Amino acid sequence: MEIFGVPSPAFFGQLLLGLINGSFYAVLSLGLAVIFGLLNIINFAHGAQYMLGAFAALLGLNWLGINYWLALVLSPLVVGAVAVLIERTMLRHLYKLDHLYGLLLTFGLALIAEGVFKNFFGVSGEAYEAPELLQGGVHLGFMFLPLYRGWVVVAALSVCALVWYVVERTSLGATLRAATQRPDLVQALGINVPVLVTATYATGAALAAFAGVLAAPIQQVNPVMGSNLIIVVFAVVVIGGMGSILGSIVTGLGLGIVEGLTKVFYPEASAVVIFLIMVLVLLVKPAGLFGKQA
Amino acid sequence: MKLKHIAQAAGLALLSVAGAAQAQVSDGVVKIGVLTDLSGLYSDVAGPGTVVATKMAIDDFLAAEKPSFKIEMVSADHQNKGDIAANKAREWFEKDKVDVASELVTTSVALAVQKIAKEKNRIALVSGAASTAVTNESCNDVTVHWTYDTYAVANGTAKAVTQTGGKKWFFLTADYAFGHALEKDASAVVKANGGEVVGSVRHPFPGTDFSSFLLKAQSSGAQVIGLANAGGDTINSIKQAAEFGVTPKQALAGLLMFITDVHSLGLKNTQGMFLTEGFYWDLNDETRAWSKRFFATHKRMPTMVQAGQYSSVMHYLKAVKAINSDDTAKVMTQMKKTPVNDFFAKNGKIREDGRMIHDMYLLQVKKPADSKTPWDYYNVKATIPAAEAFQPLSESRCALVKK
Repeated sequence: MEIFGVPSPAFFGQLLLGLINGSFYAVLSLGLAVIFGLLNIINFAHGAQYMLGAFAALLGLNWLGINYWLALVLSPLVVGAVAVLIERTMLRHLYKLDHLYGLLLTFGLALIAEGVFKNFFGVSGEAYEAPELLQGGVHLGFMFLPLYRGWVVVAALSVCALVWYVVERTSLGATLRAATQRPDLVQALGINVPVLVTATYATGAALAAFAGVLAAPIQQVNPVMGSNLIIVVFAVVVIGGMGSILGSIVTGLGLGIVEGLTKVFYPEASAVVIFLIMVLVLLVKPAGLFGKQA
Repeated sequence: MKLKHIAQAAGLALLSVAGAAQAQVSDGVVKIGVLTDLSGLYSDVAGPGTVVATKMAIDDFLAAEKPSFKIEMVSADHQNKGDIAANKAREWFEKDKVDVASELVTTSVALAVQKIAKEKNRIALVSGAASTAVTNESCNDVTVHWTYDTYAVANGTAKAVTQTGGKKWFFLTADYAFGHALEKDASAVVKANGGEVVGSVRHPFPGTDFSSFLLKAQSSGAQVIGLANAGGDTINSIKQAAEFGVTPKQALAGLLMFITDVHSLGLKNTQGMFLTEGFYWDLNDETRAWSKRFFATHKRMPTMVQAGQYSSVMHYLKAVKAINSDDTAKVMTQMKKTPVNDFFAKNGKIREDGRMIHDMYLLQVKKPADSKTPWDYYNVKATIPAAEAFQPLSESRCALVKK
């Protein structure tokens, strides 16, 4: 059987791969959306935080013998702690200014982090093995699915669902959203808004680090792994609607699939297709697919 | 007033006479520029390691030859951008009296700088750039391409793999000039040795996820997947090929790989792969001795680009000393006249198209169990003699080659 002139095994294979890549986009753009939606900061350090997450896992293993499963929990905590420091000492002073200042600061921090890691580890990076439990794969009939990739989809989607639930459906989420709309009022009700804001930034960064650990066994862990991905993830956020949580998850998955299918039909265009869609969406719906008109 | 002018003129004349009598090397200083990628994609392959190699060459030369002239070195990061490299080279040649611009990894950089060298009548020594264009369409009489090129590496690997039974090939190609050139060169070799190319796919550069392309290669029925890409793209392709069970059922052939790639991937991911290099640290006593000295400073074993950089700078300095002049044309004549004999090359020869031809090595990556010491990565499967390793002059597209 063929679908659009492509043998169906190949077609379903690429669809599944698209979904896998899409789940990375989803987790990364979710972190960005949380930070932008609640803090109004365009976090250009997101790619670097993703890279730091992967490196934390790698160095944890090499130096301290920390295994993958522990790293999945510890790396986001470490990167989150660094994010707390950044928010408290630097970002805090920029909230009242134009978005551009936050963007420039985080971009600068990303460049510094990348440069420091290049200096110590070179650009080729190191390989990180998948945990033993998830090595090997299963034949699905239409393709060979490495177990690890299957795990990536499950882990990524669970985390996305959890974050969505916390922000949209719990009282903590309600407080958070209220604090971004009217910080003065929420403060007056006895809630410590600055702590909320710091925690939010740390959570966004921790999400990036989580994605970094997930990616470590798939990609070579190197200092530029974040900057290769961050532009695409920004496009995903813009398409989904800046700051929309559900938007970023759905768009992340959707665009992963679109990109996967482009690789079947016209591989040369697979690097541009997301940006083409971004242009089209911005022309028709400037606030993004799920964004609310300002 | 007049008297003062005359006195000044006389003084100047005296000075210039004295200068001419003393030595032909301008200002008594030979200045070597290392223009490389110090921080980007190719900084492991070339980068700071080539600066280390250049310093070693200068120190060794000073110690052994005790020349009458001084030697200075400058280095700069070209960020893999042709325009930045061109500006820097121009500044070096015009303002800073640099005699030779060397290393020049990335084809666009090499092509830009060799053109400026010609214009300013200085020398360009290319070590890291891969494209055969340097000694074909863009060839000139002030450039030497030292270490390797796409023809030499594709030729060695594709020929060996095809002859040992890998007849059906599929190419995974980086979608830019370098990848296309590598695919073209390798395809020709595969066909010439009785193989066939069953398909190819071009991936965006740089890429991170190659699984879609590998799936295509997997279903193509090819025995060998030729990786016509470099650096991080090659590394991730190899890693993901293992993940998706492409290897070991199908073999991978890295058409441009360096020892640093193998080092960063580990032997588990790369074992059994064929590759071609112009240098390996563990070839003989001489290469080991030099490489251990390099390792002491750089903490990594040398790539062929770094070893070639030393060799080219040393050959240049010896030529300057032999004729006691840094005049471009004279030095080039001397360099071409003298065979290259050092730890890097035996009886190497610079042809009229600027190609330095020397033996290349067909290598196979060891199994983890066979690797006894750190950086013990390769079995040398064959030495490809200089005459066969590089594109023959009969196929040259260089205007300097008389046919």
